[in-house]
Amino acid sequence: MKIRFKKTWGKWPLSIFMCLPITILAQTQSAGIASASNDTGLLVLLMIVLLTILVAVLLLSFEAKELVAKIRKKKKEKSTNQFDKYLENMDGSQIEKVLQIKQKQKCINKDSGSIKTVLIVGMQMLAMLLPGDSAYAQTKTTARGIFSEGGVLITIILIMIPILAAIVLMIVKLSNMLRKHRNRQDLEEAALFADYLSTLPEEEATEALSKRKAALDYNLTHHELSGEQEPADKKGLVGNIETEGYINFITRKKKAQKRPNIDPQLSKLILWYFGCAALWLIFGTTIGEYLGVKFVAPDIDHVSWLSFGRLRPVHTNAVFWGWASLGMLGLGYYIVPMVSNTPLASIKKGWYALCLINAAVILGTLFLMAGINNGGGEYREYIWPVMLLFGIGLILTLINFIQTIAKRKTKEIYISNWYIVSAIMFALTITVVAYIPNWQDGLGETIIQGYYMHQGVGMWFMLFTLGIVYYMLPQQLNRPIYSYSLGILAFWTQILFYTLIGTHHFVFSSIPWWLQTVAIVGSVGMIIPVVAGTTNFIMTFKGARHKIAGSYTLPFFLVGIIFYFTGSLQGTAEAFRSTNLIWHFTDFTVAHSHLTMYGIICFFLWAGMYAVVPRLTGKEAPQITVGAHFWLALIGLMFYTVPLMIGSTLRGQMWIAGKPFIDSVVHMAPYWLWRAIGGSLMWLSHIFFAYNFYKMIRRYETIDIKEVALERLKQQIPTPDKIV
Amino acid sequence: MEFFNNHKKLFRTAFLFFAGLTTLVAILPALNNQKNNQPLPGAEPLSADAVKGKNIYIANGCVGCHTQQIRNVDMDKMWGARPGIAADYAGIHRTDFWRNTATLMGTGRTGPDLTDVGNRQPNKDWNLVHLFNPRTVVKESVMPAYPWLFIIKKQPAKNDVIVSVPKEYLNGEEGKVVATNDALYLIAYLQSLKQVKLPDGTPTPDFLYKREQKQAGTTATSKELDGTALYTANCQSCHQPGGEGLPGAFAPLKGSAIVNGDNLELYVGIIMNGYDARAEFGVMPAVGTNANLSAAEITAIMNHERTAWGNNAKKVTEEEVKKIMDFVKLQAPK
Repeated sequence: MKIRFKKTWGKWPLSIFMCLPITILAQTQSAGIASASNDTGLLVLLMIVLLTILVAVLLLSFEAKELVAKIRKKKKEKSTNQFDKYLENMDGSQIEKVLQIKQKQKCINKDSGSIKTVLIVGMQMLAMLLPGDSAYAQTKTTARGIFSEGGVLITIILIMIPILAAIVLMIVKLSNMLRKHRNRQDLEEAALFADYLSTLPEEEATEALSKRKAALDYNLTHHELSGEQEPADKKGLVGNIETEGYINFITRKKKAQKRPNIDPQLSKLILWYFGCAALWLIFGTTIGEYLGVKFVAPDIDHVSWLSFGRLRPVHTNAVFWGWASLGMLGLGYYIVPMVSNTPLASIKKGWYALCLINAAVILGTLFLMAGINNGGGEYREYIWPVMLLFGIGLILTLINFIQTIAKRKTKEIYISNWYIVSAIMFALTITVVAYIPNWQDGLGETIIQGYYMHQGVGMWFMLFTLGIVYYMLPQQLNRPIYSYSLGILAFWTQILFYTLIGTHHFVFSSIPWWLQTVAIVGSVGMIIPVVAGTTNFIMTFKGARHKIAGSYTLPFFLVGIIFYFTGSLQGTAEAFRSTNLIWHFTDFTVAHSHLTMYGIICFFLWAGMYAVVPRLTGKEAPQITVGAHFWLALIGLMFYTVPLMIGSTLRGQMWIAGKPFIDSVVHMAPYWLWRAIGGSLMWLSHIFFAYNFYKMIRRYETIDIKEVALERLKQQIPTPDKIV
Repeated sequence: MEFFNNHKKLFRTAFLFFAGLTTLVAILPALNNQKNNQPLPGAEPLSADAVKGKNIYIANGCVGCHTQQIRNVDMDKMWGARPGIAADYAGIHRTDFWRNTATLMGTGRTGPDLTDVGNRQPNKDWNLVHLFNPRTVVKESVMPAYPWLFIIKKQPAKNDVIVSVPKEYLNGEEGKVVATNDALYLIAYLQSLKQVKLPDGTPTPDFLYKREQKQAGTTATSKELDGTALYTANCQSCHQPGGEGLPGAFAPLKGSAIVNGDNLELYVGIIMNGYDARAEFGVMPAVGTNANLSAAEITAIMNHERTAWGNNAKKVTEEEVKKIMDFVKLQAPK
């Protein structure tokens, strides 16, 4: 059969790719716990394989038919029409060759065989490069057995691999044969075309071809618009001139702009806050990662200090009071004096606060691991002497910030300072309320616990971080915040509604029904500050969206804003009584707290740090590792939260349906595995962050050639006063 | 505005606003709650051992995965006879000078609720072996093991409490597993966790959001109860998924004479009132009574046990079981 096969290379990889996941799928299936679904799974798998083969065969035969038809058509119309088309489609160099040949023809006139030879030799050389084996094909048929048996499954998969390989090989060979045939056809046609060329009428052909060649060879001079003059930047408008081109693998991000110098003492303090925060992030999330692994491998260790119940609060408290709090305070030490346009009241107090907070987290961690904790309320597991250290640190910071604001050089108090100072005041308030024993007998403890754990999140972390965003986002976009009034509205409504919602962690419990209802209403009210805040931030982006691609801080801000909206409103949705039925007590809460504490707080903090640190040190992190940090954190967070939310929803439904509890534990296993995988990615991103931070603060100097040269010159030339 | 430009006024206002709301939604309700609630008359204070056990419970962060609250929703019915009320927690005070009150209500149920675990799983042997390594009795469990609450001794003393742990969970160590005092305290605490009955005449609060029962016909539904699921929920943790029990601790049901036999009175009696006739096994609690199982549910469990794992006995009917249940109720130890 004479057939021609084109574009084949495009299709083989496709069919290979189609087969690959099937084998992988089959393997995972057989590795899993044997169940009734294996049967149907295997059937589906076989169907997919058969379908793939069918599609491949159909494609082949379709192509073949098409080609046969073409060949038949071609054989009929080997007229001059066809050759004229070839002539029209010739490029400049080909035309030149033709013209040369014509020139020669003129001279030697009779020796007409030479062109033919050249063409044929060229084509033959091409043909020699191709393998000339004849095709063979081999097919096997699979017999269906008992699919539920693991051994049978493995066998089928093993058989499937060579069959698929054989099919692939068959397609390769077949198409090689087809191509060889096509080349032979083309050679024949080339011979005919050469004959035609040699018989073309001399004069007119040469003229027409010459004209065509001139048109094809036309080029712009590239000076049509710019003129011939050399460029000069007489007003110094252009900066950061690149004299060498670079390969544009990734968008080149803008460098941080040089700012008026910040007091080196303050700069050092802020960097220490960030450094400690980064260490606590690594420590806290390493613990978190290990806890995630324990869901998959509960017997990984049998050490009391590392048991799940003790490490869980170590993780939460280390990332709360160590990482996020220190990170926020560090940014606060930058922002508060900056927007007050005055130096910080006391750098010493800043150092004391840093030491106290670090001491609190270290001691608290050790106590928790030793089994000494406050009694089980989430985020107040540290006993009061430990939390007292943290509290004193906050009091010092509060005094420091208020004193700074008091001697501000601006008339108004910028809104960032509203948020930041209030956050510290409120954090102190809730800590005092949570640790004073007078109202904590019986259910009093639970009411205070609900209040405390949610105010800790909303009034300390969220409020402070919003203050950071109100400064950093406009600064990074180089445009004012969209609406100051919306910021004020969000501020007061946040206080009004957020304070009420604590008890929504204890819906349906024995705390008063009216208090639960107040919490649910407050959760709905949270829509106002969240929508106001989100609108404000998004509208600040208006007209500056192009800046996102050119900045490595703005993507962090954007993700933070998106999660601020979605995460916060998810909290509202979770508070309803109907949703509480499904989600309460499941890991949905864990997913939610990571979406918010990680998606909002951490992303905003990273954004702020990547913006501030280069301004303090003059050094930037490698763009590629900042990118790695961003994407790993974001993708990891998605892998962490989405499966956990799906699994938890199903688990809640199992509980409602009255299924045995242990069934719901078995059900969660794959989702817990996904959580561990997502957690690993997040953890890896923190390693990148730590590296980036190191790169931004590293001591050794990269030599600025211009500066050094100037320095040398200065030394060589005597100082002016000596001359005078 | 002058107000916004005066930091003293601004921050004072914000603080007072927040402090005022805090008082209204946290401090006053908390004070009110502790003033107006007293422990139930039937509530017994924790024993000295149980108090020590509670401290171990707190120290190891058990509250991270186990709640101690039964909500007034139908799905929580499996954890206790009635929803929790404020009085249940009224007797809990500050732990000590260093540590706050521990109501241990919890916010997550990675593991089961423990409000009523003293009634649901009173078996000391099960609790000890489960504590040593939960996977000895519940293969799928993800609970941490607590081997540091036990000592492995070559020659245990006379008074030592020996836990029969299968060999593969000993990590190659030789000897007998002996429970430390800490383990025994913790078990004492767990066994003390029992929901207190409301005083007579007090209306019991309702479970809300009742599951919709399919009213297809009473006889049809009773037969369709899922015996396997009921067995998993109520019996499996001791008697194991394959019915083989745990040698030295829990009797096998596979091939058991009682399960396969015709003495239904004895069979139903064991389920309802518990059993302690055989020295080589642990004491079986009154599972049926504790879990408030209906005749239909008991029938489903019995039929599952009589037909699974190679057991091949005649199925029993709900009528038969109901009659015997009324009879064995009289025999229940008071």
